[in-house]
Amino acid sequence: MAREKISFPSVKRGDVILRARGITVGFGDTLILEDLDIDLKAGEVLGVVGASGTGKSVLLRSIVGLLPRRSGVVTVYGMDYDSAEHAVQEAVDQRWGVLFQNGALFSALTVKQNVQVPMREHLKLPQDLMDELARIKIEMVGLPPDAVDKFPSELSGGMIKRASLARALALDPDIVFLDEPTSGLDPISAAEFDELLKKLCDTLALSAFMVTHDLDSLYAACDRIAVIGNKKVMVEGGLPDMLAFDDPWVQDYFKGKRARRLNESRES
Amino acid sequence: MPELVSLQDNSDGMKLMATGNWTLENAADLSQTLNQLEQQVAKDGAGPLVANIAAIENMDTSGAWLLVRLRRRLLARNIELLLEGMTHDREVLLDEVFDSAPALDADSAPTPRWRPMEFLGRNVSNVGYDMSAKTNMLGRAVWGLLAVLVSPKRLRAISIVHHLDQAGLRAVPIIALMSFVIGAIIAQQSAYQLRYFGAEVFTVDLVGILVLRELGVLLTAIMVAGRSGSAFTAEIGSMKMREEIDALRVIGMSTTDVLVLPRVLALVIAVPLLTVIADIFALLGGGVVAWVYADIPPIEFITRLREAVWLSTLLVGFIKAPFMALVIAIIGCSEGFAVKGSAESLGRRTTASVVKAIFMVIVMDGLFAMFFAAIGY
Repeated sequence: MAREKISFPSVKRGDVILRARGITVGFGDTLILEDLDIDLKAGEVLGVVGASGTGKSVLLRSIVGLLPRRSGVVTVYGMDYDSAEHAVQEAVDQRWGVLFQNGALFSALTVKQNVQVPMREHLKLPQDLMDELARIKIEMVGLPPDAVDKFPSELSGGMIKRASLARALALDPDIVFLDEPTSGLDPISAAEFDELLKKLCDTLALSAFMVTHDLDSLYAACDRIAVIGNKKVMVEGGLPDMLAFDDPWVQDYFKGKRARRLNESRES
Repeated sequence: MPELVSLQDNSDGMKLMATGNWTLENAADLSQTLNQLEQQVAKDGAGPLVANIAAIENMDTSGAWLLVRLRRRLLARNIELLLEGMTHDREVLLDEVFDSAPALDADSAPTPRWRPMEFLGRNVSNVGYDMSAKTNMLGRAVWGLLAVLVSPKRLRAISIVHHLDQAGLRAVPIIALMSFVIGAIIAQQSAYQLRYFGAEVFTVDLVGILVLRELGVLLTAIMVAGRSGSAFTAEIGSMKMREEIDALRVIGMSTTDVLVLPRVLALVIAVPLLTVIADIFALLGGGVVAWVYADIPPIEFITRLREAVWLSTLLVGFIKAPFMALVIAIIGCSEGFAVKGSAESLGRRTTASVVKAIFMVIVMDGLFAMFFAAIGY
């Protein structure tokens, strides 16, 4: 079957690549997100923070289409995702990758096969080229070469996150969605992960939508930060904007004990 | 499709002109073209090759890799590939891919080929492991039971009741229905065949003895193996996958006490009871067909049955029931504990559990038949 090629307008660094407007998501009687607006610019790492249960993961899942929205529009490359044709939606799906909180690697496949799943499904590549590309991706995310033929159950938590990132990057997407990529990693691995993300954003012109709790990640990897609370984006911008914003939770988060310690260690 | 790469023969040597999108969707074609080009360049031989990449519109990791790969392959033929028209972004990307490339030289696991001797050996040793695992599980269950006898507090009564409900009570409708139908079929077939000899009345003997001695318990056990044996494996297996078994261990709870013993005891209690129900409904089904099809009225059926069947006929069936229950529960639990991390292994173990349990039930039935024949019971 010949797939019709759908080309997207090329996006320059700094342009808005993904625009979400009026996102409203609820379960039963409770609204999790109400009329929320958020933008992702090309080539940036957007950190999404917020207290537990404010709906960060819900927002992510809603944008990639895993959770139905009550209302709201997601525009990717200037196109309305929901009202686009199925073929266009599929093409958009190939332009983004998702790293789930627990990795969500296919347990019956090796790491290499996991990375090759999207390639196999969407492209017709010779096996040796797929093997090489998978190995390069796996190496790029910092996994040792012998992890290639291991099964997910044989990997440590950090390795699962990395393997999952390699799978998310399999098709060289423009956007990656990361759901708490550094949670459960030791600080050194987490720092490596941040560096890796930053490097990939530079080399591959990747944009990242990162849900996180990790202050270090916010400092080290994120170009912009959005704080979610009261069902909306409370504040959006760089670190100085966060520090200046007058809200008890935001103040506590960015100026609390943990943050202060981090700042002190940075200054010293 | 526009030409992605072409060779130009300039006065100062060969030049490779790259254009267009060096991205994943073109990677297959590009890979082929570059392979041909590599052959061509190798044939022409001499001198370094210059590649101009300034005209490439988009390049992703796959494009970068193909370029790096070309360079590596040409280098192996002692031809240098020089790049021209580099931008900063491209350089960063190419460097990154270049740095990642050594991973390719690492040894990959050998692709498994089908080797008959290895296959045979592996399977034989697996049978050995399997038998020791089942024996181990039986030992654990017996040991657990002894421990319970010493301190009855360790018995998980609520858990046993739960499994009695799941494996016993909820199996009643299907087992009753199945037995009724089987009894009816046997009665119909034997009445039909015995009619030639004018011995239709022996239908009652045949149905009575066959059902009570063999079929009642055997079919119950097979149904329980399919219903509950598979459930045991799936429950324990998914607990194993999600580290719940490990959690039980570190909390200091014995997995035998918590998981194995309640299931084994529940089945050992439930299967004989289900056998009673199966026997009753099979005789009922046989009786109905005998009446309708063979004109044997219920009164005569019952009278005839009392002559044909002794207490020993009934007991032969019942004695087997708890043993079959034990086999099913032991196999179900031990397959559950053998589940590894993947979803596939859970499926394989559940299948194995049902297949092994049904097979062992039939083998045991055969052994019992030989035993009872030998002692003339």
